[in-house]
Amino acid sequence: MVAPVSAVELDGISKHFSLRHTHSLKESVVWALQGRARRDEFTALHPVELTIGRGESVALLGRNGSGKSTLLKLVAGVMAPDTGEVRVRGRLAGLLEVGAGFHPDLTGRENVYLNASILGVERARIEERFDDIVAFADIGPFLDTQVRFYSSGMFLRLAFAVAVHTEPDVFLVDEILAVGDEAFRAKCLDRIELLRAQGRTLVVVSHDLPLVERLCDRGVVLDRGHLVADAPIGAAVAAMRVAG
Amino acid sequence: MTVSLPTTGEAPLVVQGRSGGLREVAGRRFLLSLLVRKELRVRYRASVLGLGWSYVKPAVQFGVYFVGLGLVLRQNAIGDYAVYLFGGLVVMTVFGEAVGNATRSVVANADLVRKIYLPRELFPVSSLCVAGVHLGPQLLVLVIGALVAGWSPDPVGLLALLGALVLVGVLALGLGLLLAAVNVLFRDVENVVDLVLMVVVWTSPVLYPWQRVADLLGHGSTLLAIYQSNPLTVAVELVHRGTWAHASPGNAAALPGDLGVRVASSFAIALALLALGQWVFRSLSGRFAQEL
Ligand SMILES: Nc1ncnc2c1ncn2[C@@H]1O[C@H](COP(=O)(O)OP(=O)(O)OP(=O)(O)O)[C@@H](O)[C@H]1O
Ligand SMILES: [Mg+2]
Repeated sequence: MVAPVSAVELDGISKHFSLRHTHSLKESVVWALQGRARRDEFTALHPVELTIGRGESVALLGRNGSGKSTLLKLVAGVMAPDTGEVRVRGRLAGLLEVGAGFHPDLTGRENVYLNASILGVERARIEERFDDIVAFADIGPFLDTQVRFYSSGMFLRLAFAVAVHTEPDVFLVDEILAVGDEAFRAKCLDRIELLRAQGRTLVVVSHDLPLVERLCDRGVVLDRGHLVADAPIGAAVAAMRVAG
Repeated sequence: MTVSLPTTGEAPLVVQGRSGGLREVAGRRFLLSLLVRKELRVRYRASVLGLGWSYVKPAVQFGVYFVGLGLVLRQNAIGDYAVYLFGGLVVMTVFGEAVGNATRSVVANADLVRKIYLPRELFPVSSLCVAGVHLGPQLLVLVIGALVAGWSPDPVGLLALLGALVLVGVLALGLGLLLAAVNVLFRDVENVVDLVLMVVVWTSPVLYPWQRVADLLGHGSTLLAIYQSNPLTVAVELVHRGTWAHASPGNAAALPGDLGVRVASSFAIALALLALGQWVFRSLSGRFAQEL
């Protein structure tokens, strides 16, 4: 292989959380006077080095609480790492949580504009793509309903439709396909494979091992915030199965 | 770890989670306009008159002052009292709305902040824009009211009016950024802000003439100097200079002198606050997603 162009570079990133017990000044003062610790430190992610090449599709695997979602949020820039640096090449779109970037008081239509614009798409391009997005989401008469009345599957449909139509160079997906129905799930997977065929970079978090075996060519396993394996998908999935 | 050199035609590697601050906001005006529209939509949800309410309220307010204070109570310490009072209130209302809503803006948009990246400065800035949208009708009422009272606009006065608006905008944005960021960590801030905003109308010559304060504190005293260098006081006086001063002959003489110097110092204070607000906001914004 010729020296691949990197799409995502994680350079020694780590993340601690301080589990705060209080959110008001009064409580803080009372706790301080009583000499109680105000926070527990918790390391969700120990320093991670990882480079993902352009066009690669990588599965992030690991048990609950191992830090997968945290890692994706750092890549997406939603949170800042405590140490290190994340570098991304090109436009990034992430489906990190169902309904991310949607405002409950706006209609589906308004949310398409809002969400696409948050993902960095210009107005003219959104207008151009609008019909495709709506057709893909296929939520029928609910387009002009406030999204607070959507089911989680409908949320996913719209969010996924917007995200894939922004034509991201790097696409992050966190477990959310789980809430779609069978037909939509198949449609999404086809789309993801299309993105992959177009040479875009994918990072997928999922507990569905057969699914990631189909979608990804590389597997990265996290365990309690440590990167413990980085291998071709077959080997990584096998390691996960053994670890159970 | 290899550092890849940018090859020709490649998009560059960009460090994530490092906000470009207000400059980045300036580059995302369409998104800003959507957020402002969203805010207005939410505010006027299920209301028939919608934004029309922002015309009705100041118009009624002005009418009440004009009739109640001017014609019924006949207070005569200040000529054209309705114009004087309303001009000052416009400053206080827009400042209060901008700062109050900006303080809550990040917490109120927790859903967006927690789940997706966008320059977080957008939230306080959109609060300021919403306050700006509501300012329009108030200015209209002020101008019509002043014209009815006999105002003859002069170029210096219009410049003063414009200066007042810019000053309040910069001041509110700086404070808004600062308070919005701190409010994420300590929700008490929003209550403190509400309290302070209630008091602030009394710390500038909005309801009374400045001479009363001078008589109380002593002409040339330090306390009076502090009172007069408050940027909000300066903004109120600029609005008075812009409208009320030319509503009746003799009004202009009642304005305090040395306004020019205090305008300069107020802009310096406001810009310093803006720099501080931006810096604090930027330093804390990496923690917003996990604290909300
Ligand atoms: N904002 C936060 N504040 C405090 N702790 C957090 C926060 N976000 C995540 N954590 C903690 O970090 C750890 C890793 O969480 P993360 O969501 O990354 O796990 P995950 O690998 O995605 O798990 P799952 O498979 O269940 O989705 C968890 O123990 C979680 O409690
Ligand atoms: Mg997770």
